[in-house]
Amino acid sequence: MAQNMLKKENKIFKNLYNNLGWEIDKAIERDDWKDTKEIISKGKDWIINEVKTSELRGRGGAGFSTGMKWSFAPKKIGSRPHYLVINADESEPGTCKDRDILRFEPQKLIEGCLIAGYATGAHVCYIYIRGEYSFEGQRLQDAIDQAYKRSFLGKNACGSGWDFDIHIHYGAGAYICGEETALLESIEGNKGQPRLKPPFPALVGLYGCPTIVNNVETIAVVPTILRRGGKWFASLGRPKNTGTKIFCISGNVNSPCNVEEEMGIPLKELINTYAGGVVGGWDNLQAVIPGGSSMPLLPKKICETIKMDFDSLIENKSGLGTAGIVVINKDQDIVSCMARIARFYKHESCGQCTPCREGSGWMWRILNRATKGETTLSDIDLLEDVTKQIEGHTICAFGEGSAWPVQGLLRHFRKEVDKKCSNDPLIKKKKDVPYLIDQHLLEKKNA
Amino acid sequence: MSIKKVNPEQPKTFEFNEKTKNIAQEILKKYPEKNKKSAVMPLLYLAQKQNNNWIPLAAIKYISKYLSMPYISVYEVATFYSMFNLSPVGKYFIQVCTTTPCMIRGADKIVKVCKEKISDKENQISKNGECSWTEVECLGACVNAPMMQINNDYYEDLDEKSTAKIIDSIFKDKLLKPGSYRGRKNTSPENVKTINGTEHA
Repeated sequence: MAQNMLKKENKIFKNLYNNLGWEIDKAIERDDWKDTKEIISKGKDWIINEVKTSELRGRGGAGFSTGMKWSFAPKKIGSRPHYLVINADESEPGTCKDRDILRFEPQKLIEGCLIAGYATGAHVCYIYIRGEYSFEGQRLQDAIDQAYKRSFLGKNACGSGWDFDIHIHYGAGAYICGEETALLESIEGNKGQPRLKPPFPALVGLYGCPTIVNNVETIAVVPTILRRGGKWFASLGRPKNTGTKIFCISGNVNSPCNVEEEMGIPLKELINTYAGGVVGGWDNLQAVIPGGSSMPLLPKKICETIKMDFDSLIENKSGLGTAGIVVINKDQDIVSCMARIARFYKHESCGQCTPCREGSGWMWRILNRATKGETTLSDIDLLEDVTKQIEGHTICAFGEGSAWPVQGLLRHFRKEVDKKCSNDPLIKKKKDVPYLIDQHLLEKKNA
Repeated sequence: MSIKKVNPEQPKTFEFNEKTKNIAQEILKKYPEKNKKSAVMPLLYLAQKQNNNWIPLAAIKYISKYLSMPYISVYEVATFYSMFNLSPVGKYFIQVCTTTPCMIRGADKIVKVCKEKISDKENQISKNGECSWTEVECLGACVNAPMMQINNDYYEDLDEKSTAKIIDSIFKDKLLKPGSYRGRKNTSPENVKTINGTEHA
């Protein structure tokens, strides 16, 4: 077995496949809710400092420092109450890690909510679950009820002297609500269209009050970090890319699965050890999307050596995102795979900013024509231009998320795309004719 | 953006029944007094549940009054989110995920079976009125691809055979159990016995 495998005692999510039971008494046997009161009694500053020491980075895609985010919340609670909002709107294609936490490790999330709520001064927490996860939402509600029964939540939660309530709010099938400000709009009862930042939610968030928005996985690892110390978490992985992470391996592999591993594990090892290898063998690998559909894909050459952490992937012009790994082998047509992703973004664009609303449709139509071999070479240049027009010209990161995968395709698979361009250019240039003259006027019958 | 079709035939009136009213009151307690508007999505769900899984315009009007919101704001929310059905769907509503991770594992075969067994077109109710199907974007179970959702439940690790079996069970009104149809436990890797030093089933 490979050497840099996560050791048994360093595993955080012990019940990822529900071998041990999700109920609260089973969770307590796994050390959930152990010493929670003592942890909280050490105070806000200690908690935030410890999270900073752990160098925990948000698991929702952007990879922002969690300790830093928490410290942005105002120190004193003013006339406006503080809120904690958990983002469980997991909709990124390739990602299904939060679903397992909601189903099988709900107490880790609930305990994390209490600690995070205390550290950021929030008495109320909303967990925003995507509407399709109705079973998972019901399971979480059962877990919350069990926690209330044991007085871990409610007035004087867990004997800490802090009042804390958790409510579940269901989404209704909009990918964009995974963006934090769109999520807040959605809880407020509006269409999920992102807000301009600044002001950031930490100062003006839900109902105009200071709000901290965190991903499920980020919050669920916090209790273990505080019990075992920030230094322990920081000792896993490599500097600035610490700890463990749940990787979702899907696509053309022999046994697709979710697995918790150390940050910085080589991609090749991850695929071969856990996912049973690529269908048709490693040599049959074409490309890998390393972090959910928004992240540019990697060709086989890079996959040989790449390590799965934030900074290594950024160096290779991609990103860890949500760590949803989609493996694509040579039996697939890479252009049609990316055309389908472009269709996803066309469908999910919220329609607020013109470059994204229109551009996502342009990208899908051009790629769709390319899969049928109806494009011209100039179309592909146009496609590249469209991605540049979207990137950086929208309110939220959806613009980048939709443009990057297409840019990745053009960067690494330009030859494959060009091969599809069998059509002649629609406008044939005639020699010796000045560019600005209307060509039809030069022909005699039109004159 | 999703394109929504509002059903041409609409009931004239809509009202929450007693049971739904009680649930609605409980939901309103979750949100601050002056932010009643937050309950619009949960209430739309309630209306949809009460009215055979679709929301008539009368219900949108009713909810706008219930929450003292402008009608257009509720209409806006009902049309923005893809899970609110504005025209009738089958008693068994099948949603097949066809986004890339499912597509490369053969979601098109699942769609083919749906077309053969249920109806040629999406959102067309089958002849016996029990069932309709539609293609949807990523349902967040990519490790268990290809998969589909029937009403609230996920059916995972499908192939043509198992999909046909499930749809047949719908026509007999005895729906099979959700979960993996390759006999594996949740999202665990098949053929790998131990993970990080612990055995898993």
